[in-house]
Amino acid sequence: MYDPTVARLTYRALLGRRRAAVLLILPVLLIFIAVAVRAFSGVDDQTASDVLGGFALATMIPLIGVIAGTGAIGPEIDDGSIVYLLAKPLPRPTIIFTKLIVAIAVTMVFSAVPTFIAGFILNGNGQQIAVSYTIAALVASIAYSALFLLLGTVSRHAVVIGLVYALVWETLFGSLVAGARTLSVQQWSLAVAERTAGDGLIASDVGLPLAIVLLVGVTVVATWYAGQKLRTLTLAGEE
Amino acid sequence: MTTINIEHASRWFGNVVAVNDVTMTVGPGVTGLLGPNGAGKSTLINMMGGFLAPSNGSVTLDGDAIWRNESVYRKIGIVPEREGMYDFLTGLEFVVANAELHGLGKEAAHKALATVEMEYAQDRKIATYSKGMRQRVKMASALVHEPSVLLLDEPFNGMDPRQRMQLMDLLRKMGDSGRTVLFSSHILEEVEQLAAHIEVIVAGRHAASGDFRKIRRLMTDRPHRYLVRSSDDRVLAAALIADPSTAGIEVDVTEGALRIQAVDFGRFTELLPRVAREHSIRLLSVSPSDESLESVFSYLVTA
Repeated sequence: MYDPTVARLTYRALLGRRRAAVLLILPVLLIFIAVAVRAFSGVDDQTASDVLGGFALATMIPLIGVIAGTGAIGPEIDDGSIVYLLAKPLPRPTIIFTKLIVAIAVTMVFSAVPTFIAGFILNGNGQQIAVSYTIAALVASIAYSALFLLLGTVSRHAVVIGLVYALVWETLFGSLVAGARTLSVQQWSLAVAERTAGDGLIASDVGLPLAIVLLVGVTVVATWYAGQKLRTLTLAGEE
Repeated sequence: MTTINIEHASRWFGNVVAVNDVTMTVGPGVTGLLGPNGAGKSTLINMMGGFLAPSNGSVTLDGDAIWRNESVYRKIGIVPEREGMYDFLTGLEFVVANAELHGLGKEAAHKALATVEMEYAQDRKIATYSKGMRQRVKMASALVHEPSVLLLDEPFNGMDPRQRMQLMDLLRKMGDSGRTVLFSSHILEEVEQLAAHIEVIVAGRHAASGDFRKIRRLMTDRPHRYLVRSSDDRVLAAALIADPSTAGIEVDVTEGALRIQAVDFGRFTELLPRVAREHSIRLLSVSPSDESLESVFSYLVTA
């Protein structure tokens, strides 16, 4: 199911100099915001939750998910180098599964770690805020990676669609239309975080059982479907 | 002994038919897939390589369907035309990765790099390679598992003459050792130098198949047209028309040139300079007026 060579190639492609720099921008910004908030307004649990929920979970993690998820396969399909993976006696779902693991790992490192650090800077993990949002970040990393990896497999415009989903659906639409929040990775991961944080500091519109079912369902179905799509990936000629 | 069988295979993209009802068998030895750009060679190779499903018909390797069958890659090695190839790796890292994906180790990679004479640059990043070097590393990646079938899409593009000769040598050796080697090209001379067997594709159709000499003769025996300017067109015309290699000459007064139709290519090319010298005529320009590959191929299709 997991191929170390595919993983190595994917890591190197994802963490190439330019992409790694892009991946670092938002985490650095998050920590900068945390330091600034702490310096200007001191320790406040609600503020800490607002910063982590409003910026880290709502904006930073989906964007990193887009970069890592689509970046784990999209560029290879675009430039044709995926041929070297496909022309091997290797089950294509293995390629997808391996790339998913890599995308998850990268998304987790670049989102959960800075979320945890920022939480500690903001209120020193008071009310378990830092830990709760870190758990949410870890959970969200899995679902986003699977979703955006599928997107990178099926569409050449994966980054644009991913950005629209991350910014318009999760952030804007979700804040206007209640129903959209039920279908939001962000809300599902908040439902998980809700359990560990102090009372009333984190709220989700989705109940925990439903959230877990949706998280697992989306991850499994997206990964399975991406594997199927890769099996019939058509490399059109240059002509 | 590995054979690729293409039976009544067609492939269309929307309304465009790229490959139209092609039936051919590619067996051991070197086969050249010849055709002008856009004729459907890449589409055909992509179908043989399992990257494209035939819209109709079948493409099989020793009886097994190639599409959606990853196990065929134990026998097939592919050298794609596209340049994308993990530029951030060194040549060695790239070939080692390809070997690992076949379940092989570093020795296989080193052997393949030695075969294509790329060891001297194996520690450089692929991004710094010339086109010919990339081509050879691609070749090494396709050879790591010593496949019995090798598919190459326009392998000589961008190679200098020395590299070209070297690759031809290598392919020839592979063909002689009983492997099935198929390469595409739009350059007749390339195909002629390397392949004993030629398949010609024109506008998606299988135009000709067989021994290169037969096809070459078809190509050279067709009427050739030349536009010739000389110091004395009429004397030259009179002397040329006396020879059976010339079928017709028109004195184009407005152009100030002769339009000559030659039926025996070899004889005419020898005749023209000789006649000019004998009559002390200066040849100012001699240009073939229908030498485009398209016209050569379209002649083949109608032949």
